[in-house]
Amino acid sequence: MSEGWVREVSTTYELSHLSALEAEAVHIFREVAATFEKPVLLFSGGKDSVVMLHLAAKAFWPAPLPFPVMHVDTGHNFDEVIAFRDETVERLGVRLVVSSVQDDIDAGRVVEETGPRASRNRLQTTALLRGITENAFTAVFGGGRRDEEKARAKERVFSFRDAYGQWDPRNQRPELWNLYNGRHRKGEHIRVFPLSNWTELDIWQYVRDEGIPLPPIYYAHRRPVVHRDGMLLAHTRFITLLDGEEPVEALVRFRTVGDATGTGCVESDAATPAQVVDEVAATRVTERGATRADDRISEAGMEDRKKEGYF
Amino acid sequence: MGPLLRIATAGSVDDGKSTLIGRLLYDSKTIFTDQLAAVERTSRERGADTPDLSLLTDGLRAEREQGITIDVAYRYFATPKRKFVIADTPGHLQYTRNMVTGASTADLALVLVDARKGVLEQSRRHAFIASLLGIPHLVVCVNKMDLVGWSRERFEEIREEFRRFSIKLDVPDLSFIPVSALLGDNVVNRSAEMPWYEGSSLLHHLEEVHVASDQNLIDARFPVQYVIRPHQDFRGYAGTVAGGVFRPGDEVTVLPSGFSSTVERIWGPGGREVAEAFAPQAVTMELADHIDISRGDLICRPNNRPHVGQDLDAMVCWLTEQSELRPGARYTVKHTSQAVTGSVRELDYRLDINTLHRDESAAGLALNEIGRVRLHTRTPLLFDPYKRNRGTGSFILVDEATNNTVAAGMVLGPRVAASHVVWHGSAVTRDQRATRGRTIWLTGLSGSGKSTIAVELERRLVAAGRPAYLLDGDNLRHGLNSDLGFGAADRTENVRRTGAVARLLADAGTVAIVSLISPYAADRAAVRAAHEAEGLPFVEVFVDTPIADCQARDPKGLYAKAAAGEIRGFTGVDDPYEAPERAELVLRPTDGDPAALAATVLAFLDR
Repeated sequence: MSEGWVREVSTTYELSHLSALEAEAVHIFREVAATFEKPVLLFSGGKDSVVMLHLAAKAFWPAPLPFPVMHVDTGHNFDEVIAFRDETVERLGVRLVVSSVQDDIDAGRVVEETGPRASRNRLQTTALLRGITENAFTAVFGGGRRDEEKARAKERVFSFRDAYGQWDPRNQRPELWNLYNGRHRKGEHIRVFPLSNWTELDIWQYVRDEGIPLPPIYYAHRRPVVHRDGMLLAHTRFITLLDGEEPVEALVRFRTVGDATGTGCVESDAATPAQVVDEVAATRVTERGATRADDRISEAGMEDRKKEGYF
Repeated sequence: MGPLLRIATAGSVDDGKSTLIGRLLYDSKTIFTDQLAAVERTSRERGADTPDLSLLTDGLRAEREQGITIDVAYRYFATPKRKFVIADTPGHLQYTRNMVTGASTADLALVLVDARKGVLEQSRRHAFIASLLGIPHLVVCVNKMDLVGWSRERFEEIREEFRRFSIKLDVPDLSFIPVSALLGDNVVNRSAEMPWYEGSSLLHHLEEVHVASDQNLIDARFPVQYVIRPHQDFRGYAGTVAGGVFRPGDEVTVLPSGFSSTVERIWGPGGREVAEAFAPQAVTMELADHIDISRGDLICRPNNRPHVGQDLDAMVCWLTEQSELRPGARYTVKHTSQAVTGSVRELDYRLDINTLHRDESAAGLALNEIGRVRLHTRTPLLFDPYKRNRGTGSFILVDEATNNTVAAGMVLGPRVAASHVVWHGSAVTRDQRATRGRTIWLTGLSGSGKSTIAVELERRLVAAGRPAYLLDGDNLRHGLNSDLGFGAADRTENVRRTGAVARLLADAGTVAIVSLISPYAADRAAVRAAHEAEGLPFVEVFVDTPIADCQARDPKGLYAKAAAGEIRGFTGVDDPYEAPERAELVLRPTDGDPAALAATVLAFLDR
């Protein structure tokens, strides 16, 4: 009467957490490529966008990437990062679209902030939305992670943007299982965040395990810095010194890379991915809290910018 | 670092959920100093003495201003053993919608009970949604133990109350932990105040809970998501494995076309060749034959296929306040890698998730309401019951006008009566036959003694001159069911066919005696319903032999094999047996030997 069935048991069928995160991201890339007419991947040369591009390339192997990448260029870049961007795009054979904040300033579409603390951070939104509209992109991959910031923690993997590129946090589509709803009307688009469930530590462990090249400024190096607002800012040609500020040389690395005027660095001697993993595992301050002037604007700084259409 | 554990929590401010999560993060050293400083600053500004840890998760301006949580928030933390993702959902506003969302991907649900208040309606709701969404592990934290004097009696009282209630639900693994989130007892560290509690702390439990065996490794399912074809020599089918294990050399069938081929190679992301692929791996498969396969198709094994059909029964949860579910309305159904037009044909009932009462007069479903529907799709779906496979048993409904996701759906099974074949009536009525038939359905664990009782019962009936016939599960597998394997779908089909044959025998005037493990309540319920629909008596007999006795008997040595890991998915060992709740008869070994038990059944029939 017995209905027992016999099956051989081989391994324990369990994925490591990085393999599970990788599989989730690959699924998202394929889903978008299969269902959207014109996707684009935002690529700045920052570590999250580098990891995202690496995952996208893996998702479609052995075929080339089926969509271009776009850089929203503030004009205030670290030279090493721009060189890395161009090198990576060349190596992978992908098409690069650049949407430049300088073009918006020159055309009078935006007005640049003035003074020593001026930042082009907020101006990126205009360049980003213009790039999306001009190219009629329907899905835009961003490297945002939910562990970065409280407003991001509530954002969907497929995040709907209306015809003005805006986000309505109170009216988001429920997102269940791995069934993503990317339906939209003409003129609207979907922001897609394949790294939603990754943490800073996951990113670094993955960089270490996969041997993913990153711009050199992510690793310890000596450079002149200035102390400002409790942060260490790189002393570059874009920085105007305030009264009493004196550049000093320090051994530092960057935890995030954005606009050179608003991205701080941290004192560190971590020179390899493995050393960075150890450092990140032990750190007690979030990466944005430590190094991003843009997120210190107010408690709702990120939410406000995101509603306007920011990354 | 080990594998990922996805946790769903739910609750309101009062039961201390935020404090518990905050404690978990704080004691496991996951909160960053700048986050904590911000929380302390805001709490002070509001005049609070202690940091309000809910501020860590309330990320939107409206949430902070109104002191409420609007949406699911995701929190991440890790220990050297595991990485955790917590989907934290609010207890009040749009409670069901958010909990369903958070629970859809969870391995474990965390439910809080206030030790002073006991099991409230809200705790029941949490447990029900966890079981509806198929979360395999449920951990009940009995919180605020410090406020009941660390009372063991109180803890055990709540545990028993919760157990009694959860019997009605489908919860494979239920644990209870007495904690004080405020003081930290049994959250990360063991409590010194409750020496009577011998279990592990919450964090230790979360680190150790065994989830690898939760996934369905039997029913191989691969929904094709994307075809990768860079040049003439490579045609790869990319997708995420939704069940079972695929290996190169496996014979496979592609649905809905039905073409067969063999797996040639399996590639992981980036072109790493793999020897086997299982859920939730994202892989690319090459097949030996060039057949036409596109997105929405499904690759499975030839003798273990999903249901293929346009009519199915499902539980749905309505997720929007902008409209209501109405029978007749059209939606886009998103299921695996398919998106098809469909409509809700009927609303069978609306379920009150507090009382589990079924309201069959309900005309629609509003926001946060759950009900059972009959769904019809324009083209066939390839699906399994949600209970057997979350990946191929889940769907969402999208409103075609607004593009919003309006419902979450869990497939119960194919709609049985969805046939266009018209029943041809007989000229003979049941009353005109010499005898009246019925079905006696013996269910129970392997080795419980079903067959011995059934054989004796058949012998006695025939000896008494009453037509009777024994339908033996193994014997039927030699003929009628010889094409069925032991996968979940095939087991269900096995029960369905056996039930259909029993109905024919009963209709013809014979006592059909069925002896089948038939472990799933839903399958047995379907057979019962089919009998009742035709006015045929159905007697469910639960042979309730404790598993320890079955193991000791072990007539075929199967329990020994299961214990040694040679058999996987063995009922009662690592596959559930869902005991009947309303069996007409329950037979226990303490009631007598098989002959005496057969006599008990006879007496029941003659009653």
